[in-house]
Amino acid sequence: MTDYNFAYLDEQTKRMIRRAILKGLAIPGYQVPFASREMPMPYGWGTGGVQVSAAVLTPDDTFKVIDQGADDTTNAVSIRSFFERTAGVETTTATTEASVIQTRHRIPEEPLTEDQILVYQVPIPEPLRFLEPRESETRKMHSLEEYGLMHVKLYEDISRHGHIATSYAYPVKVEGRYVMDPSPIPKFDNPKLSDMAAIQLFGAGREQRIYALPPYTQVVSLDFEDHPFEASKADHLCGLCDATDSYLDEVIMDDQGGRMFVCSDTDYCEARRAAGHKGKDAA
Amino acid sequence: MQARKLSGGFDTPPVNSAHAFRAVMEAMARPGQIQDISGAQPPAPLSNAAGSVLLTLCDTDTPIYLAGDADTDDVRAWLAFHTGAPLTGPSHSMFAVGSWDALMPLSGYPIGTPEYPDRSTTLIVECAELEATGATLRGPGIKSEATLSLPETRAFQSNRALFPLGLDFIFACGDRLAALPRSTEVSRSSREAVAHEGAF
Ligand SMILES: [Zn+2]
Repeated sequence: MTDYNFAYLDEQTKRMIRRAILKGLAIPGYQVPFASREMPMPYGWGTGGVQVSAAVLTPDDTFKVIDQGADDTTNAVSIRSFFERTAGVETTTATTEASVIQTRHRIPEEPLTEDQILVYQVPIPEPLRFLEPRESETRKMHSLEEYGLMHVKLYEDISRHGHIATSYAYPVKVEGRYVMDPSPIPKFDNPKLSDMAAIQLFGAGREQRIYALPPYTQVVSLDFEDHPFEASKADHLCGLCDATDSYLDEVIMDDQGGRMFVCSDTDYCEARRAAGHKGKDAA
Repeated sequence: MQARKLSGGFDTPPVNSAHAFRAVMEAMARPGQIQDISGAQPPAPLSNAAGSVLLTLCDTDTPIYLAGDADTDDVRAWLAFHTGAPLTGPSHSMFAVGSWDALMPLSGYPIGTPEYPDRSTTLIVECAELEATGATLRGPGIKSEATLSLPETRAFQSNRALFPLGLDFIFACGDRLAALPRSTEVSRSSREAVAHEGAF
Protein backbone atom coordinates (compact mmCIF):
# COMPACT_ATOMS: atom_id res chain seq x y z
CA MET A 1 0.00 0.00 0.00
CA THR A 2 2.92 2.36 0.59
CA ASP A 3 5.05 1.78 -2.49
CA TYR A 4 2.54 3.01 -5.05
CA ASN A 5 -0.02 5.80 -5.16
CA PHE A 6 -3.60 4.69 -4.69
CA ALA A 7 -5.43 5.57 -7.94
CA TYR A 8 -2.11 6.68 -9.46
CA LEU A 9 -2.13 10.30 -8.22
CA ASP A 10 -0.12 11.35 -5.17
CA GLU A 11 -2.04 12.43 -2.09
CA GLN A 12 -1.29 16.14 -2.47
CA THR A 13 -2.67 16.17 -6.01
CA LYS A 14 -5.79 14.33 -4.93
CA ARG A 15 -6.34 16.83 -2.09
CA MET A 16 -6.10 19.71 -4.57
CA ILE A 17 -8.58 18.04 -6.93
CA ARG A 18 -10.90 17.15 -4.04
CA ARG A 19 -10.95 20.76 -2.86
CA ALA A 20 -11.83 21.86 -6.41
CA ILE A 21 -14.65 19.29 -6.58
CA LEU A 22 -16.16 20.59 -3.33
CA LYS A 23 -16.09 24.21 -4.53
CA GLY A 24 -17.57 23.05 -7.83
CA LEU A 25 -20.46 21.40 -5.98
CA ALA A 26 -20.97 24.54 -3.89
CA ILE A 27 -21.17 26.74 -7.03
CA PRO A 28 -23.01 24.57 -9.59
CA GLY A 29 -21.89 25.18 -13.17
CA TYR A 30 -18.92 27.38 -12.24
CA GLN A 31 -15.53 26.25 -13.62
CA VAL A 32 -13.01 25.79 -10.81
CA PRO A 33 -9.36 26.02 -11.93
CA PHE A 34 -7.08 23.17 -10.88
CA ALA A 35 -3.49 22.21 -11.58
CA SER A 36 -3.88 19.31 -13.97
CA ARG A 37 -1.22 16.57 -13.80
CA GLU A 38 0.44 14.57 -16.52
CA MET A 39 -1.33 11.25 -16.79
CA PRO A 40 0.01 8.11 -18.48
CA MET A 41 -2.32 8.57 -21.43
CA PRO A 42 -2.77 11.20 -24.14
CA TYR A 43 -4.99 14.27 -23.54
CA GLY A 44 -7.65 13.14 -25.99
CA TRP A 45 -8.21 10.13 -23.73
CA GLY A 46 -9.88 12.14 -21.05
CA THR A 47 -7.16 12.98 -18.57
CA GLY A 48 -9.50 15.44 -16.84
CA GLY A 49 -12.09 12.77 -16.24
CA VAL A 50 -9.39 10.33 -15.16
CA GLN A 51 -8.06 12.76 -12.56
CA VAL A 52 -11.55 13.41 -11.18
CA SER A 53 -12.21 9.65 -11.03
CA ALA A 54 -8.87 9.14 -9.26
CA ALA A 55 -9.85 11.72 -6.62
CA VAL A 56 -13.28 10.19 -6.09
CA LEU A 57 -12.76 6.41 -6.19
CA THR A 58 -12.45 4.24 -3.09
CA PRO A 59 -11.47 0.56 -3.16
CA ASP A 60 -15.15 -0.29 -2.52
CA ASP A 61 -16.33 1.19 -5.81
CA THR A 62 -17.53 -0.57 -8.93
CA PHE A 63 -16.31 1.40 -11.91
CA LYS A 64 -17.67 1.65 -15.44
CA VAL A 65 -16.25 3.59 -18.39
CA ILE A 66 -18.18 4.46 -21.51
CA ASP A 67 -16.84 6.00 -24.66
CA GLN A 68 -19.69 7.45 -26.75
CA GLY A 69 -21.97 4.90 -25.17
CA ALA A 70 -19.69 1.88 -25.65
CA ASP A 71 -17.79 -0.02 -22.95
CA ASP A 72 -15.49 -1.82 -25.37
CA THR A 73 -13.49 0.90 -27.16
CA THR A 74 -9.71 1.04 -26.66
CA ASN A 75 -10.16 4.22 -24.62
CA ALA A 76 -12.80 2.73 -22.29
CA VAL A 77 -10.97 -0.56 -21.82
CA SER A 78 -7.71 1.20 -21.09
CA ILE A 79 -9.14 3.56 -18.45
CA ARG A 80 -11.02 0.69 -16.82
CA SER A 81 -7.91 -1.45 -16.52
CA PHE A 82 -5.90 1.57 -15.31
CA PHE A 83 -8.14 1.88 -12.24
CA GLU A 84 -8.40 -1.88 -11.73
CA ARG A 85 -4.63 -1.84 -11.45
CA THR A 86 -4.04 1.36 -9.48
CA ALA A 87 -7.14 1.57 -7.24
CA GLY A 88 -8.10 -2.10 -6.98
CA VAL A 89 -11.70 -1.31 -7.90
CA GLU A 90 -14.15 -3.76 -9.36
CA THR A 91 -15.23 -2.88 -12.88
CA THR A 92 -18.43 -3.53 -14.76
CA THR A 93 -20.14 -2.75 -18.04
CA ALA A 94 -23.61 -2.78 -16.45
CA THR A 95 -24.85 0.74 -15.72
CA THR A 96 -27.01 -0.48 -12.84
CA GLU A 97 -24.05 -2.15 -11.09
CA ALA A 98 -21.64 0.79 -11.26
CA SER A 99 -21.11 3.24 -8.39
CA VAL A 100 -18.84 5.52 -10.42
CA ILE A 101 -19.22 5.91 -14.19
CA GLN A 102 -16.69 7.82 -16.26
CA THR A 103 -18.08 8.89 -19.58
CA ARG A 104 -16.98 10.40 -22.83
CA HIS A 105 -19.79 12.09 -24.76
CA ARG A 106 -22.89 10.25 -23.50
CA ILE A 107 -25.22 9.93 -20.53
CA PRO A 108 -26.41 6.35 -20.00
CA GLU A 109 -30.01 5.64 -21.04
CA GLU A 110 -30.74 3.90 -17.75
CA PRO A 111 -31.70 6.63 -15.23
CA LEU A 112 -28.93 6.99 -12.62
CA THR A 113 -29.59 6.73 -8.89
CA GLU A 114 -28.54 8.57 -5.74
CA ASP A 115 -25.88 5.90 -5.19
CA GLN A 116 -24.04 6.75 -8.40
CA ILE A 117 -21.53 9.36 -9.56
CA LEU A 118 -21.14 10.33 -13.21
CA VAL A 119 -17.73 11.72 -14.25
CA TYR A 120 -17.54 13.46 -17.63
CA GLN A 121 -14.44 13.82 -19.77
CA VAL A 122 -14.49 17.39 -21.07
CA PRO A 123 -12.37 18.66 -23.98
CA ILE A 124 -13.43 22.35 -23.92
CA PRO A 125 -15.07 23.43 -20.65
CA GLU A 126 -15.69 27.06 -21.60
CA PRO A 127 -19.01 27.49 -23.44
CA LEU A 128 -18.07 31.07 -24.37
CA ARG A 129 -14.65 30.18 -25.79
CA PHE A 130 -15.70 30.28 -29.44
CA LEU A 131 -17.05 33.79 -28.89
CA GLU A 132 -14.10 35.05 -26.86
CA PRO A 133 -10.65 33.45 -26.84
CA ARG A 134 -9.34 35.29 -23.77
CA GLU A 135 -9.86 33.53 -20.45
CA SER A 136 -9.80 36.86 -18.56
CA GLU A 137 -12.73 38.03 -20.69
CA THR A 138 -14.83 34.88 -20.41
CA ARG A 139 -14.33 34.95 -16.62
CA LYS A 140 -15.63 38.52 -16.63
CA MET A 141 -18.58 37.55 -18.83
CA HIS A 142 -19.55 34.77 -16.41
CA SER A 143 -19.16 37.05 -13.40
CA LEU A 144 -21.45 39.66 -15.00
CA GLU A 145 -23.84 37.03 -16.44
CA GLU A 146 -23.12 38.53 -19.85
CA TYR A 147 -24.63 35.76 -21.91
CA GLY A 148 -26.27 37.85 -24.63
CA LEU A 149 -23.66 36.92 -27.27
CA MET A 150 -24.37 33.25 -26.66
CA HIS A 151 -28.02 33.78 -27.48
CA VAL A 152 -27.07 35.80 -30.55
CA LYS A 153 -24.97 32.91 -31.83
CA LEU A 154 -27.79 30.42 -31.31
CA TYR A 155 -30.21 32.80 -33.01
CA GLU A 156 -27.88 33.14 -35.99
CA ASP A 157 -28.23 29.37 -36.33
CA ILE A 158 -31.97 29.78 -36.55
CA SER A 159 -31.84 32.47 -39.20
CA ARG A 160 -29.34 30.45 -41.23
CA HIS A 161 -30.77 26.94 -40.86
CA GLY A 162 -34.32 27.51 -39.67
CA HIS A 163 -33.44 25.74 -36.43
CA ILE A 164 -30.61 25.65 -33.88
CA ALA A 165 -27.94 23.59 -35.65
CA THR A 166 -25.83 22.92 -32.54
CA SER A 167 -26.40 19.25 -31.84
CA TYR A 168 -23.49 18.42 -29.47
CA ALA A 169 -22.17 20.32 -26.44
CA TYR A 170 -25.40 22.26 -26.49
CA PRO A 171 -25.07 25.00 -23.84
CA VAL A 172 -27.15 24.93 -20.68
CA LYS A 173 -27.89 27.32 -17.83
CA VAL A 174 -27.49 25.96 -14.33
CA GLU A 175 -29.91 27.07 -11.60
CA GLY A 176 -30.56 30.27 -13.53
CA ARG A 177 -26.98 31.43 -13.06
CA TYR A 178 -23.99 29.93 -14.91
CA VAL A 179 -23.98 28.98 -18.58
CA MET A 180 -22.19 25.64 -18.79
CA ASP A 181 -20.83 23.33 -21.47
CA PRO A 182 -22.26 19.85 -20.83
CA SER A 183 -19.29 18.30 -22.75
CA PRO A 184 -19.93 16.95 -26.27
CA ILE A 185 -22.95 14.86 -25.36
CA PRO A 186 -25.68 14.85 -28.02
CA LYS A 187 -28.38 17.37 -27.18
CA PHE A 188 -30.67 14.34 -26.88
CA ASP A 189 -28.96 13.80 -23.50
CA ASN A 190 -29.39 17.37 -22.25
CA PRO A 191 -32.69 16.81 -20.42
CA LYS A 192 -31.03 14.05 -18.36
CA LEU A 193 -28.59 16.62 -16.90
CA SER A 194 -31.40 18.28 -14.98
CA ASP A 195 -32.80 16.95 -11.73
CA MET A 196 -30.54 13.89 -11.90
CA ALA A 197 -30.34 11.81 -8.70
CA ALA A 198 -26.60 11.16 -9.18
CA ILE A 199 -23.73 13.59 -8.60
CA GLN A 200 -22.29 14.87 -11.91
CA LEU A 201 -18.63 15.90 -12.06
CA PHE A 202 -16.86 17.36 -15.10
CA GLY A 203 -13.09 17.26 -15.62
CA ALA A 204 -11.13 19.05 -18.34
CA GLY A 205 -7.45 18.03 -18.24
CA ARG A 206 -5.80 20.17 -20.87
CA GLU A 207 -7.91 23.21 -19.92
CA GLN A 208 -7.47 22.51 -16.18
CA ARG A 209 -11.07 23.00 -15.07
CA ILE A 210 -13.42 21.07 -12.83
CA TYR A 211 -17.12 21.79 -12.51
CA ALA A 212 -20.07 20.00 -11.02
CA LEU A 213 -23.80 19.53 -10.76
CA PRO A 214 -25.12 18.36 -7.39
CA PRO A 215 -28.10 15.99 -7.52
CA TYR A 216 -31.48 17.56 -8.36
CA THR A 217 -29.90 20.66 -9.85
CA GLN A 218 -32.03 22.55 -12.35
CA VAL A 219 -30.35 22.60 -15.76
CA VAL A 220 -32.03 24.28 -18.72
CA SER A 221 -30.90 24.13 -22.36
CA LEU A 222 -30.70 27.62 -23.85
CA ASP A 223 -33.51 28.33 -26.27
CA PHE A 224 -36.01 30.90 -27.51
CA GLU A 225 -39.74 31.25 -27.07
CA ASP A 226 -40.36 30.82 -30.82
CA HIS A 227 -37.74 28.06 -31.12
CA PRO A 228 -37.94 25.89 -28.02
CA PHE A 229 -35.19 23.38 -27.32
CA GLU A 230 -35.78 19.92 -28.76
CA ALA A 231 -33.91 16.80 -27.62
CA SER A 232 -33.78 15.26 -31.07
CA LYS A 233 -32.45 11.92 -32.25
CA ALA A 234 -32.56 9.86 -35.43
CA ASP A 235 -36.21 9.04 -36.18
CA HIS A 236 -35.77 5.26 -36.15
CA LEU A 237 -35.99 2.22 -33.91
CA CYS A 238 -32.87 0.40 -32.79
CA GLY A 239 -32.21 -2.30 -35.40
CA LEU A 240 -31.04 -4.73 -32.72
CA CYS A 241 -33.31 -4.20 -29.71
CA ASP A 242 -36.22 -2.22 -31.19
CA ALA A 243 -35.83 0.58 -28.61
CA THR A 244 -37.78 3.71 -29.44
CA ASP A 245 -36.41 5.87 -26.67
CA SER A 246 -32.61 5.54 -26.95
CA TYR A 247 -30.00 7.61 -28.76
CA LEU A 248 -29.00 5.88 -32.00
CA ASP A 249 -25.78 5.62 -33.97
CA GLU A 250 -25.93 5.04 -37.70
CA VAL A 251 -23.79 2.06 -38.68
CA ILE A 252 -22.70 1.27 -42.24
CA MET A 253 -23.18 -2.46 -42.80
CA ASP A 254 -21.78 -3.20 -46.28
CA ASP A 255 -20.24 -1.73 -49.44
CA GLN A 256 -23.68 -1.29 -50.99
CA GLY A 257 -24.53 1.52 -48.62
CA GLY A 258 -26.61 -0.66 -46.35
CA ARG A 259 -27.01 0.91 -42.96
CA MET A 260 -28.78 0.44 -39.70
CA PHE A 261 -29.48 2.37 -36.55
CA VAL A 262 -28.40 0.91 -33.23
CA CYS A 263 -28.38 2.11 -29.63
CA SER A 264 -25.26 4.12 -28.87
CA ASP A 265 -25.50 2.84 -25.26
CA THR A 266 -24.27 -0.74 -25.73
CA ASP A 267 -25.16 -1.88 -22.21
CA TYR A 268 -28.72 -0.61 -22.63
CA CYS A 269 -29.06 -2.40 -25.97
CA GLU A 270 -27.61 -5.67 -24.65
CA ALA A 271 -29.86 -5.63 -21.61
CA ARG A 272 -32.91 -5.11 -23.82
CA ARG A 273 -31.89 -7.95 -26.14
CA ALA A 274 -31.26 -10.20 -23.15
CA ALA A 275 -34.79 -9.39 -22.02
CA GLY A 276 -36.11 -10.65 -25.36
CA HIS A 277 -36.52 -7.44 -27.37
CA LYS A 278 -35.57 -7.89 -30.99
CA GLY A 279 -35.12 -5.30 -33.75
CA LYS A 280 -35.62 -5.76 -37.49
CA ASP A 281 -31.87 -6.09 -38.18
CA ALA A 282 -31.18 -8.59 -35.38
CA ALA A 283 -29.92 -11.95 -36.57
CA MET B 1 3.79 13.09 25.40
CA GLN B 2 4.96 13.81 21.88
CA ALA B 3 3.68 10.44 20.68
CA ARG B 4 0.26 11.05 22.17
CA LYS B 5 0.00 14.43 20.48
CA LEU B 6 0.91 13.08 17.09
CA SER B 7 -1.09 9.85 17.09
CA GLY B 8 -4.61 9.77 15.69
CA GLY B 9 -3.71 10.30 12.04
CA PHE B 10 -4.96 8.11 9.22
CA ASP B 11 -3.71 4.49 9.45
CA THR B 12 -3.70 4.08 5.69
CA PRO B 13 -3.83 7.65 4.38
CA PRO B 14 -4.72 6.96 0.72
CA VAL B 15 -7.63 4.70 1.61
CA ASN B 16 -8.81 6.59 4.72
CA SER B 17 -8.76 9.88 2.86
CA ALA B 18 -10.58 8.38 -0.13
CA HIS B 19 -13.42 7.22 2.14
CA ALA B 20 -13.43 10.42 4.16
CA PHE B 21 -13.55 12.51 1.00
CA ARG B 22 -16.58 10.61 -0.26
CA ALA B 23 -18.37 11.43 2.99
CA VAL B 24 -17.49 15.12 2.64
CA MET B 25 -18.41 15.15 -1.05
CA GLU B 26 -21.76 13.46 -0.45
CA ALA B 27 -22.43 15.96 2.34
CA MET B 28 -21.56 18.98 0.17
CA ALA B 29 -23.54 17.56 -2.77
CA ARG B 30 -26.60 16.84 -0.62
CA PRO B 31 -26.96 19.72 1.83
CA GLY B 32 -28.42 18.67 5.16
CA GLN B 33 -27.82 14.96 4.68
CA ILE B 34 -25.81 13.62 7.62
CA GLN B 35 -22.84 11.40 6.74
CA ASP B 36 -20.64 9.16 8.87
CA ILE B 37 -16.95 9.93 8.64
CA SER B 38 -14.01 8.36 10.43
CA GLY B 39 -10.31 7.77 10.25
CA ALA B 40 -8.76 10.49 12.41
CA GLN B 41 -8.66 10.89 16.18
CA PRO B 42 -7.42 14.45 16.67
CA PRO B 43 -6.63 16.00 20.06
CA ALA B 44 -9.50 17.60 21.98
CA PRO B 45 -11.47 19.69 21.38
CA LEU B 46 -11.51 18.71 17.69
CA SER B 47 -14.09 16.09 16.76
CA ASN B 48 -13.07 13.02 14.79
CA ALA B 49 -15.19 14.35 11.94
CA ALA B 50 -13.40 17.72 11.86
CA GLY B 51 -10.02 16.01 12.16
CA SER B 52 -10.83 13.65 9.30
CA VAL B 53 -11.92 16.55 7.07
CA LEU B 54 -8.73 18.46 7.84
CA LEU B 55 -6.48 15.47 7.10
CA THR B 56 -8.37 14.80 3.87
CA LEU B 57 -8.29 18.32 2.45
CA CYS B 58 -5.46 20.27 4.07
CA ASP B 59 -1.74 20.54 3.40
CA THR B 60 0.97 23.16 2.96
CA ASP B 61 -1.21 24.91 0.33
CA THR B 62 -4.17 25.52 2.65
CA PRO B 63 -3.92 28.08 5.46
CA ILE B 64 -6.09 27.09 8.44
CA TYR B 65 -7.65 29.37 11.05
CA LEU B 66 -8.08 27.72 14.46
CA ALA B 67 -10.87 29.65 16.18
CA GLY B 68 -11.14 30.03 19.95
CA ASP B 69 -10.89 26.77 21.91
CA ALA B 70 -9.73 24.89 18.82
CA ASP B 71 -6.43 26.75 18.98
CA THR B 72 -4.42 24.61 21.40
CA ASP B 73 -0.78 23.53 21.40
CA ASP B 74 -1.87 19.91 20.89
CA VAL B 75 -4.06 20.77 17.91
CA ARG B 76 -1.32 22.92 16.42
CA ALA B 77 1.26 20.16 16.81
CA TRP B 78 -1.09 17.52 15.41
CA LEU B 79 -2.00 19.56 12.34
CA ALA B 80 1.61 20.54 11.73
CA PHE B 81 2.70 16.91 11.83
CA HIS B 82 -0.12 15.43 9.74
CA THR B 83 -0.85 18.24 7.27
CA GLY B 84 1.94 20.82 7.36
CA ALA B 85 -0.76 23.44 6.87
CA PRO B 86 0.20 26.98 7.87
CA LEU B 87 -1.94 28.61 10.55
CA THR B 88 -3.42 32.01 9.86
CA GLY B 89 -6.14 34.45 10.83
CA PRO B 90 -9.65 34.33 9.37
CA SER B 91 -8.99 36.78 6.53
CA HIS B 92 -6.39 34.54 4.85
CA SER B 93 -7.87 31.17 5.72
CA MET B 94 -8.96 28.52 3.24
CA PHE B 95 -10.31 26.45 6.12
CA ALA B 96 -11.45 27.55 9.55
CA VAL B 97 -12.42 25.29 12.42
CA GLY B 98 -14.06 25.97 15.77
CA SER B 99 -17.38 26.42 17.52
CA TRP B 100 -19.97 28.63 15.84
CA ASP B 101 -19.47 31.43 18.36
CA ALA B 102 -15.69 31.27 18.12
CA LEU B 103 -15.81 31.44 14.31
CA MET B 104 -17.75 34.74 14.34
CA PRO B 105 -17.89 37.21 12.69
CA LEU B 106 -18.48 35.71 9.24
CA SER B 107 -17.58 39.06 7.67
CA GLY B 108 -13.94 38.30 8.48
CA TYR B 109 -13.55 35.50 5.90
CA PRO B 110 -12.85 35.67 2.16
CA ILE B 111 -16.01 35.03 0.12
CA GLY B 112 -14.23 34.72 -3.24
CA THR B 113 -14.17 37.25 -6.06
CA PRO B 114 -16.72 37.70 -8.89
CA GLU B 115 -14.31 36.00 -11.30
CA TYR B 116 -13.08 33.38 -8.80
CA PRO B 117 -15.92 32.71 -6.36
CA ASP B 118 -14.18 29.46 -5.36
CA ARG B 119 -11.51 31.44 -3.50
CA SER B 120 -13.51 31.46 -0.30
CA THR B 121 -13.17 29.91 3.13
CA THR B 122 -14.75 26.59 4.06
CA LEU B 123 -15.78 26.75 7.72
CA ILE B 124 -15.79 23.57 9.79
CA VAL B 125 -18.23 24.20 12.60
CA GLU B 126 -17.95 22.00 15.69
CA CYS B 127 -21.45 21.26 16.91
CA ALA B 128 -22.69 19.76 20.18
CA GLU B 129 -25.51 18.16 18.24
CA LEU B 130 -26.31 17.47 14.63
CA GLU B 131 -29.80 16.31 13.75
CA ALA B 132 -32.01 16.24 10.68
CA THR B 133 -34.52 18.61 12.27
CA GLY B 134 -34.78 22.36 12.47
CA ALA B 135 -34.15 24.79 9.65
CA THR B 136 -35.56 23.98 6.21
CA LEU B 137 -33.09 23.75 3.33
CA ARG B 138 -33.82 24.03 -0.39
CA GLY B 139 -31.65 24.28 -3.44
CA PRO B 140 -29.17 22.29 -5.55
CA GLY B 141 -28.56 18.84 -4.10
CA ILE B 142 -31.93 18.68 -2.35
CA LYS B 143 -34.86 16.87 -3.97
CA SER B 144 -37.61 18.93 -2.39
CA GLU B 145 -36.48 20.03 1.02
CA ALA B 146 -34.22 18.91 3.85
CA THR B 147 -34.02 19.87 7.49
CA LEU B 148 -30.95 20.35 9.63
CA SER B 149 -30.13 21.62 13.11
CA LEU B 150 -28.29 24.87 12.40
CA PRO B 151 -26.78 27.24 14.95
CA GLU B 152 -28.95 30.02 13.45
CA THR B 153 -30.65 30.88 10.16
CA ARG B 154 -30.08 34.59 9.46
CA ALA B 155 -26.34 34.22 8.83
CA PHE B 156 -26.97 31.54 6.18
CA GLN B 157 -29.63 33.63 4.48
CA SER B 158 -27.19 36.56 4.26
CA ASN B 159 -24.54 34.18 2.92
CA ARG B 160 -26.96 32.83 0.27
CA ALA B 161 -27.68 36.38 -0.81
CA LEU B 162 -24.03 36.72 -1.85
CA PHE B 163 -24.23 33.82 -4.34
CA PRO B 164 -22.17 32.91 -6.35
CA LEU B 165 -19.81 34.40 -3.76
CA GLY B 166 -20.01 33.18 -0.20
CA LEU B 167 -18.80 30.78 2.44
CA ASP B 168 -19.35 27.03 2.57
CA PHE B 169 -20.00 25.23 5.85
CA ILE B 170 -19.31 21.77 7.20
CA PHE B 171 -20.96 20.89 10.52
CA ALA B 172 -18.99 18.35 12.52
CA CYS B 173 -20.29 16.37 15.48
CA GLY B 174 -18.43 13.32 16.78
CA ASP B 175 -18.08 10.92 13.86
CA ARG B 176 -20.72 12.62 11.71
CA LEU B 177 -20.96 15.65 9.50
CA ALA B 178 -23.30 17.57 7.25
CA ALA B 179 -22.68 20.50 4.94
CA LEU B 180 -24.32 23.70 3.82
CA PRO B 181 -22.87 25.22 0.66
CA ARG B 182 -23.57 28.84 -0.27
CA SER B 183 -26.19 27.70 -2.80
CA THR B 184 -28.65 26.50 -0.14
CA GLU B 185 -31.68 28.56 0.79
CA VAL B 186 -32.39 28.37 4.50
CA SER B 187 -35.69 29.15 6.18
CA ARG B 188 -36.55 28.81 9.82
CA SER B 189 -38.94 25.88 9.91
CA SER B 190 -41.03 23.88 7.49
CA ARG B 191 -44.22 25.45 8.83
CA GLU B 192 -42.91 28.93 8.04
CA ALA B 193 -41.72 27.81 4.64
CA VAL B 194 -45.21 26.58 3.74
CA ALA B 195 -46.75 29.84 4.95
CA HIS B 196 -44.21 31.72 2.83
CA GLU B 197 -45.00 29.71 -0.28
CA GLY B 198 -48.69 30.29 0.29
CA ALA B 199 -48.06 34.01 0.07
CA PHE B 200 -47.17 33.85 -3.63
ZN1 LIG C 1 -30.68 -1.18 -29.05
